Amino acid sequence: MTQKKLSVRIDGELVNATEGQSILQVARAAGKYIPTLCYLEGLSSVGACRLCIVEVSGSGRLLPACTTPVQDGMSVTTNSPKLARYRRITLELLFAERNHTCSVCVSNGNCELQAMAKTLGVTSIRYPHNFPKLPVDLSHTRYVLDHNRCILCTRCVRVCAEVEGAHVWAVTARGIQSKIVSDLNQQWGEASNCTSCGKCVQACPTGALAEKGFAVEEMTKRSDHISMIAGRKGVHA
Amino acid sequence: MKKIKLATVWLDGCAGCHMSLLDIDAGILTVAQKADIVYGPLVDAQEFPDEVDVTLVEGAVSSQEDLHKIQKIRQCTRTLVSLGDCAVTGNVPAMRNTIPVPKLLQRIYVEGVQENKSVPVDRVPPLLKQARPLRDYVKVDLHVPGCPPSAQAILAVVSDLLDGRNPEANAKLKFG
Repeated sequence: MTQKKLSVRIDGELVNATEGQSILQVARAAGKYIPTLCYLEGLSSVGACRLCIVEVSGSGRLLPACTTPVQDGMSVTTNSPKLARYRRITLELLFAERNHTCSVCVSNGNCELQAMAKTLGVTSIRYPHNFPKLPVDLSHTRYVLDHNRCILCTRCVRVCAEVEGAHVWAVTARGIQSKIVSDLNQQWGEASNCTSCGKCVQACPTGALAEKGFAVEEMTKRSDHISMIAGRKGVHA
Repeated sequence: MKKIKLATVWLDGCAGCHMSLLDIDAGILTVAQKADIVYGPLVDAQEFPDEVDVTLVEGAVSSQEDLHKIQKIRQCTRTLVSLGDCAVTGNVPAMRNTIPVPKLLQRIYVEGVQENKSVPVDRVPPLLKQARPLRDYVKVDLHVPGCPPSAQAILAVVSDLLDGRNPEANAKLKFG
């Protein structure tokens, strides 16, 4: 059965779409820029970071573009002063929540969170920093998990489950206590399901997951490789 | 034309932002034509003047002394600029924030040394519970992040301020 063809308006422009596509997919195909952090092409979408919020005519609330399917006749606004304001607020809250000390991070200069601040014009954080005390897991022989730099995008959780099929990562606790855990809340080095493939490290947008042996600014990620592998037919576990 | 009064201040930071300021090289001549540097580590003034047009502040607010300084500076300054990540976010000085101050001092001055094991109390300002960005204490007019902000970014911001323009350099700025 062929999928139904839909017609939607993105920023006033008439665009063709296929049933089942998300607003983000359609907008990107039409050359529109919508900021994202938790979205990674090839993985499922969860709408965790809330940066891709868009305005949809007839809906009173802002909807995440990555998890909202397009509907026939839908009219979407991808950029407006209101959206820019809310996106900046969201990003500032991500910075305020944990200890993102960019200057001493392995991913300094190669970080999606840091780059997003530049893109959205965020030059300071209007909310008081939380400065939580968070651990760094050094137990794995090859990789490091620094909770201070985690934005809970869950890309690691998804790439591990959907592409590697190992299901090592999960999110535990609620709200501000939430954090990433490996296996049954063991140290990463003791997580027997971990295949040490490193996909989570490459998928991580910040310096939260990194390879050992790198100094400040030295860690670069290839999330595009993850998208490439995930895009191959039959790779999804 | 009346010269603009420019001050620079160094709180809990590493002086890297001031080094970056000096890195504007010949640009300093342009700045000097338009502004008098009336206070800061680069000049000899002892007291912060009563009326300053632009003050660039490097470093987080970390001690009682920093707090008194920044409050006085705010009162006496028209445009207050947070210069660099420490002033903007707390940055490296704020990495101590999860450790209680007595424990921190004990670790550094008693457990961490071979001789003269004692926590200094005389002639050093008491630390605040946490090192925090300027905007947690005073109104900040402009934020210039970076560790340090590049010389070009600083020159662009200072030039705009001296010429009475709204600094447009924000697009070039980044944390870290």
